Amino acid sequence: MRYLPKSPADREQMLRELGCKSIDDLFAPIPAEYRLKGDLNVPRQMSEQEILQFFRQSSRDNAAGYATFLGAGAYNHYRPVVIDSLISRGEFFTAYTPYQAEIAQGTLQAIFEFQTMICELTGMEVANASMYDGSTAVPEAAMMSVRLTGRSNVVIARSVHPEYREVLRTYAQHQGLPITEVGFGENGRLDMAALDKAVTDQTACVMVQSPNFFGTIEDVAALAEFTHKKGALLVVSIAEAMSLGVVKPPVEADIVAMEAQSFGVPLGFGGPYAGVIATKEQFVRQMPGRLVGQTVDKHGRRGFVLTLSTREQHIRREKATSNICTNQALVATMATIFMTIYGREGLRELAQHNLAKAAYASNEFGKKGKVLFAGAPRFNEFVLQTAGDPYAINERLLEQKIIGGFPLKKFYPELGNAALWCCTELTKKENIDAAVKAVAQ
Amino acid sequence: MSGPKKATTHVNQNEGLIFEKSSPGKKAYRLEPLDVPAVDAAKLLGAAVRADVGHLPEVSEIEIIRHFTRLSTWNYGVDTGLYPLGSCTMKYNARVNEVAARIDGLAYAHPYQPERLSQGALRVMKTLADCLLEITGQDAITLQPAAGAHGEMTGILLIRAFLQSQGNPRKKILIPDSAHGTNPATAAICGYAVENLKSNAAGMVDVPSLVAQMNEDVAGLMLTNPNTLGVFEQEIHKIADVLHSKGGLLYMDGANMNALVGKTRPGDFGVDVMHLNLHKTFSTPHGGGGPGSGPVACKKHLEPFLPAPVVCEKPDGTLGFDYNRPKSIGRVRAWYGNFGMHVRALAYILANGPDGLRMTTEDAVLNANYIRKRLEGVYDLPYSTPSMHEVVFSDRKQTAKGLKTGDIAKRLIDYGFHPYTVSFPLIVPGALMIEPTESESKEELDLFIDAMREIARECEQDPQLVLDAPHTTRLSRLDEVLAARKPVLRWKPQAKSAAE
Repeated sequence: MRYLPKSPADREQMLRELGCKSIDDLFAPIPAEYRLKGDLNVPRQMSEQEILQFFRQSSRDNAAGYATFLGAGAYNHYRPVVIDSLISRGEFFTAYTPYQAEIAQGTLQAIFEFQTMICELTGMEVANASMYDGSTAVPEAAMMSVRLTGRSNVVIARSVHPEYREVLRTYAQHQGLPITEVGFGENGRLDMAALDKAVTDQTACVMVQSPNFFGTIEDVAALAEFTHKKGALLVVSIAEAMSLGVVKPPVEADIVAMEAQSFGVPLGFGGPYAGVIATKEQFVRQMPGRLVGQTVDKHGRRGFVLTLSTREQHIRREKATSNICTNQALVATMATIFMTIYGREGLRELAQHNLAKAAYASNEFGKKGKVLFAGAPRFNEFVLQTAGDPYAINERLLEQKIIGGFPLKKFYPELGNAALWCCTELTKKENIDAAVKAVAQ
Repeated sequence: MSGPKKATTHVNQNEGLIFEKSSPGKKAYRLEPLDVPAVDAAKLLGAAVRADVGHLPEVSEIEIIRHFTRLSTWNYGVDTGLYPLGSCTMKYNARVNEVAARIDGLAYAHPYQPERLSQGALRVMKTLADCLLEITGQDAITLQPAAGAHGEMTGILLIRAFLQSQGNPRKKILIPDSAHGTNPATAAICGYAVENLKSNAAGMVDVPSLVAQMNEDVAGLMLTNPNTLGVFEQEIHKIADVLHSKGGLLYMDGANMNALVGKTRPGDFGVDVMHLNLHKTFSTPHGGGGPGSGPVACKKHLEPFLPAPVVCEKPDGTLGFDYNRPKSIGRVRAWYGNFGMHVRALAYILANGPDGLRMTTEDAVLNANYIRKRLEGVYDLPYSTPSMHEVVFSDRKQTAKGLKTGDIAKRLIDYGFHPYTVSFPLIVPGALMIEPTESESKEELDLFIDAMREIARECEQDPQLVLDAPHTTRLSRLDEVLAARKPVLRWKPQAKSAAE
């Protein structure tokens, strides 16, 4: 076995030192009737070439080489090559959670930089060192709101990613957190009249997404004013982090629950991604997940450690703020490198390219179908209602190796023949023009 | 910052925060020209437009490469040397896994692309799922949970949903006092009260106390096996029987499967549901704290409750996702889990095959026992029960000189090793929990053993040397109390001007 570094003679010698006749002596604690007698029924040992052949074939059986208009919570952005070059360094990717700070300063400092950049981008005062992803950040933010307010109800917009809402429901159902969903208005924004009816004196938080699932930017300031008047917290989920380059951050919110995938994380068929929770300083002790803090060594030199761990499961056990143990350090490092590459100017330019592509596309599509929710600003996604079935339109596009928009029937049947189209900086004008043609056919 | 900028005799320069290198106008990117008309963001977005993205750094590509490369050299990884963190299973991360995960059609697959154009990704998931079912001896599986603790939550929700379907979800989960902290936290977030179960003198679940504590209010028991002492729960089948006789279920925390793969299968000894940590047992890298992946495997009776969707084979032989699962506990994460980790774990299984998986387990157990044998007497061994893949000593012999497990750990850094686990299990005060894994050669083990013996001698002869450790790192011991008392959780622009 090529990953095992011992020779047969090494094993013999070690067994002799242990006074064992055979390796099976060491497995004596497992009752004999439960010890496997034969081989596991898994594929035989393969050579490196065979392994790569298997995965290359798998890649070919996927949509390799297709242009795409899919967004809906997972965004196709360019990943500068520097990212993989750096995160492939063994000291980053083969390390564990930085429990021994003196030999983990690389990871710790990178995370400290990540926390800082997330604060700058979101307008929040503190950010954690990442959560599993944007979908699990939502229930964690809901549970955090419950701890902060002592109230138990959650009000969530129907325009929050449908799968995020499903995850929230799974987490909430056994914790006595009733969930009320509030619909959207003509302009795609949260229906304020319906919100007014839904919020009670037991509402811990109002949760919205901005840009929301339809790409529409919510009026966060108005939502915050309303929510705070009711004594509840406002949680804003951000699925498309790239929007922060040009869209005003939700500074009026109490908690931001974000997905950082857009920042240099490959689509990867849905994961791994990196969620983040960012909030106000006064709420930090109720925030779940890992945090890195600055400190000094005994010579007064600056260094970094994991901190405020008394909130966490390994100390508080069943009273912890969350059961989350791992974070997504390597993915957070990817995002940190991405944010560093683009920086203050680049993120803005990138976001503007996204805006321009989507504006061109929605304008062109608007000539052949109906672009919904025109009354509010949006970022890089829009909803197109067509005369024909979006699945049929997509079939026509696939012949040109283009994956069309995401049909909304499954999650929003009331929108009829509607699909969610996404344009990023990687979307080519020629593909937009081809898609417009396919819609018109 | 005080002192010279060149801080130590490290192979490279000291490295400040990336923000401290920034100056306006530096760039590390170039966008391609827009092929559509440019837009006026303020006009399109109105009040929602952003004036400025704030203090993100402006630096060049070479500065980025140097910054993160320098940071990386201050980290210790499995690539650097023995990383014996017990219960964390830090084994070699094979490079072919990384190449496989980065093949374009897998790395850049959109989760909503049509199923017919996702057959490759679905095949990877199905093949991995089949292998994990064979390895665990279970009947059904979900790959959706994003990490081990997320898998624990999924598993406990399966138990809850199953019992609920029989009319009563029950109130309590039993958890041995030797368990990981995630176990009680998980039970609590699933709406259960936690009841502790005492270990017996051998460090195992005390079956008579279990019998006494088991009743119709108990939904299940969360058991790590081998447990956090590295001890196989020899009466596991009896434990399962006790639970089942009163209608409860047995959950196994699979964090320590590295000791069992290819030698025994939890499904065969009565486990109803368990999670696996792909980053531990199947060599997907843990990246300084994540990503992980925590598939949950279970027996047939729990299958209807698995999170939706599950991978299924369609009548035409193609693969797809089955969303129509009325009894499902719901989703635990968007999409299908950490697919990139599924690719890596499958690459590892294919590289090993049945014989390699078995030999891996055997070497892991052999290595732990070798360390145990050669350090016994030098360090106190609180439980003499046979060890599997990890061994737990205590600092009892060294505390006489005022030295604790944490001090020994810091001194170990000076010898070029990552420390063992210092905080577990709670039932061993001052634990030294050592898990070498199968990835270590005899030479590396001997070096480690020599270092541990030398430190034991230093504890006797020069305790201050150990108390002040580490001595060879870029920074000396860091003040964790200060960090918690006066939290500084981000860099602020004014901090720079103050330093200047």
